[in-house]
Amino acid sequence: MTTTVIRGGRVIDLVEGRDELADVWMVDGVFSQPTSGPVDRDVNAEGMIVCPGFIETQAKLQESGWEEGETIATATAAAVAGGVTSLACLPETVPVVDNRAAVEFIRRQAERTGSCHVFPLGAVTKNRDGEELAEIGQLVEGGAVALTDGKRPIANAEIMRRSLEYSRMFGRRIFDHPQVPELSVGGVMHEGLYSTLLGLRGIPAAAEEIFVARDVALAELTGGSVHLMTISTAASVDLVRRARGRGVDVTASVAPHHLVLTDAELQTFDSNCKVDPPLRSREHVEALMEGLADGTIEAICSDHRPVPSEEKDLELDAAPFGIVGLETMLPLCVRALIDSECLGWPQLIGLLTSGPAGVLGIDRGSLAEGRVGDVVVIDPGAEWTIDPTQFRSRCCNSPFGGWQVRGRVEAVFVAGDMAYSREVGA
Amino acid sequence: MSTIPDDQLVRPGGSGWTSEHLLGLEDLSSEEITAILDQAAEFKSCSLENNTKLDLLSGTVVANLFFEPSTRTRTSFSLAAKRLSADTIDFTASGSSLSKGETFIDTARNIEAMGASLVVMRHKSPGAPHLLARRVGAAVLNAGDGTHEHPTQALLDLFTIREKRGSFEGLTVTLVGDILHSRVARSNIWGLKKLGARVIVCGPSTLIPPRIEELGVEVSHRLDDVLAETDCINLLRIQFERQRGAFFPSIREYTHFYGMNAQRLKAARDDVMILAPGPINRGVELTPEVADGPHSVILDQVTNGLAVRMACLYLLHERKKTGVGQ
Repeated sequence: MTTTVIRGGRVIDLVEGRDELADVWMVDGVFSQPTSGPVDRDVNAEGMIVCPGFIETQAKLQESGWEEGETIATATAAAVAGGVTSLACLPETVPVVDNRAAVEFIRRQAERTGSCHVFPLGAVTKNRDGEELAEIGQLVEGGAVALTDGKRPIANAEIMRRSLEYSRMFGRRIFDHPQVPELSVGGVMHEGLYSTLLGLRGIPAAAEEIFVARDVALAELTGGSVHLMTISTAASVDLVRRARGRGVDVTASVAPHHLVLTDAELQTFDSNCKVDPPLRSREHVEALMEGLADGTIEAICSDHRPVPSEEKDLELDAAPFGIVGLETMLPLCVRALIDSECLGWPQLIGLLTSGPAGVLGIDRGSLAEGRVGDVVVIDPGAEWTIDPTQFRSRCCNSPFGGWQVRGRVEAVFVAGDMAYSREVGA
Repeated sequence: MSTIPDDQLVRPGGSGWTSEHLLGLEDLSSEEITAILDQAAEFKSCSLENNTKLDLLSGTVVANLFFEPSTRTRTSFSLAAKRLSADTIDFTASGSSLSKGETFIDTARNIEAMGASLVVMRHKSPGAPHLLARRVGAAVLNAGDGTHEHPTQALLDLFTIREKRGSFEGLTVTLVGDILHSRVARSNIWGLKKLGARVIVCGPSTLIPPRIEELGVEVSHRLDDVLAETDCINLLRIQFERQRGAFFPSIREYTHFYGMNAQRLKAARDDVMILAPGPINRGVELTPEVADGPHSVILDQVTNGLAVRMACLYLLHERKKTGVGQ
């Protein structure tokens, strides 16, 4: 029997409605009542926040196919350093995760080499081509927690309709990247004042909003469950808010970089600011914050997308989209949401834990007795400087190098075992 | 070969020129723009008009890196460098190692290692010269980056207007055509506004980028409506190669609304000046009688382009040599 106790922290768990100074006990990998037996690890968390481990809904792990950029081992090492204990990975691999064997490979590889729980997302369509449904039932039996074509929007409305209907029978959600391809092709940034100044092709907000409205209508038609991945515009937030108000099963997430940066950042021509969806203008950022505050958006995800420097260090047109986000998620959220007094700590923790657990439909995100012992210990006041060269991810495509930030992950437990400790560096 | 009298040279620092690179007119002050125009005027009178080569850049290597097809800008830069007695390396994408997968930054660093201290670059991607300027020690001149800026083209337009009209105060300049895909338009807007001109952009609504008014310009969709109030018309080329999909129904319809022809010339002011950055599509943006007529300054622009590029190379070279402004 292995027993761990984390003492004296501010324990926050939205599922249990807890926000109190308390001790957290784990016995043999699950949360438990205090025990009288010997304690194997005794952690002092005074002054710290102790909460369920964070849950990432859409990381790109690159294995198999793009191991030079990331592997399951490096991505999960980065995840725990960022406080993430459960990570859902996009099927954007070679080969695509559109069959049962590919899902099982990811689970096996994660068990062999991973530092945290990995939940594969299966493809909606074969080879993510948007034309024929993948074997969704087999994917689910193999362990896929939800279905998505990743950053490729499911452009054909008929295919989207059928996938919502079909996946409903397995109780799985369809994740869609809402963007009309005809309006975004060739675009590298938000269409607005700065795209006009810089002569860069813009992606209008409407490209996202049309798709959000379509997916909401199809979810309503079919009774299916849809998740809109990292929405970025004001009207998207409004569409989701109204849909949820009338009971449509739609969820949405937002990425931290969309909260701390705007399209003005592209004036540096730094390709690390090239993300999909693009960084938007101030009024959109404010709408996203409102959507988080009122519960319209129920998950924050890092949208971790590693890109090797030789591919990213190019002119903006040629560089791929993406930011590595796992290791900077917490401090960026603190800056955007806590420092601005938009949210309190319990609300933020919910957006990083129970919110994404609900989106993925997984039994995580709570410290309740009997649940898997995934915990993160946070020093909410610690100030530090982001240094991408120190990331555990294999890539350092981040525009946040040199940023002075607040809020730091001190220790992480996965299934009761210490998976990360800042002091130990392990 | 002859030497320019010392008192005719605009000295960096003293002239208001401080920039290390010439990336765009957005970054320049009106003093810096004026410094280039003044220096270009000197070079025009003491070099171009009497066909004299100056030895101001002898021993200096100027690299012309053209990653996108260009005839006149490349030739103009090359000749400008030679008029200043610089050695030149001409590099075009088709005959280069780019086809072997080398990035343009690696190409530029290799050429810098051969001793080039001034790098002139054209590239299809906005911001490519900005990226290069952060990576090399050489001074970088943007010879056109995608649909972003084309500073020397705008400077030669400014030079031509100033030469004929003396000043920009009270002057209305109308940029006609494909504003969305035009680097010439963006650079012209910055330059003209900084020097005090009124600017109208005129084109089909599909080719006017959003929020362009915030740059201080007026927007029109009818050339006939603004002809009477325009002193200088700059006819931008329709960038067929940059457009995706259809931005207007047909060339015939475009020409119907925006083509400069003899009839429109009659409706314009008597002293209207017709500019075009070229290469022109005869019969599309303007008819041959307008292109070759008395109001056209298209060939003056080409000559002035040489003077302006000499001035840019010289000022950046002096800035680099003296370190003034650091």
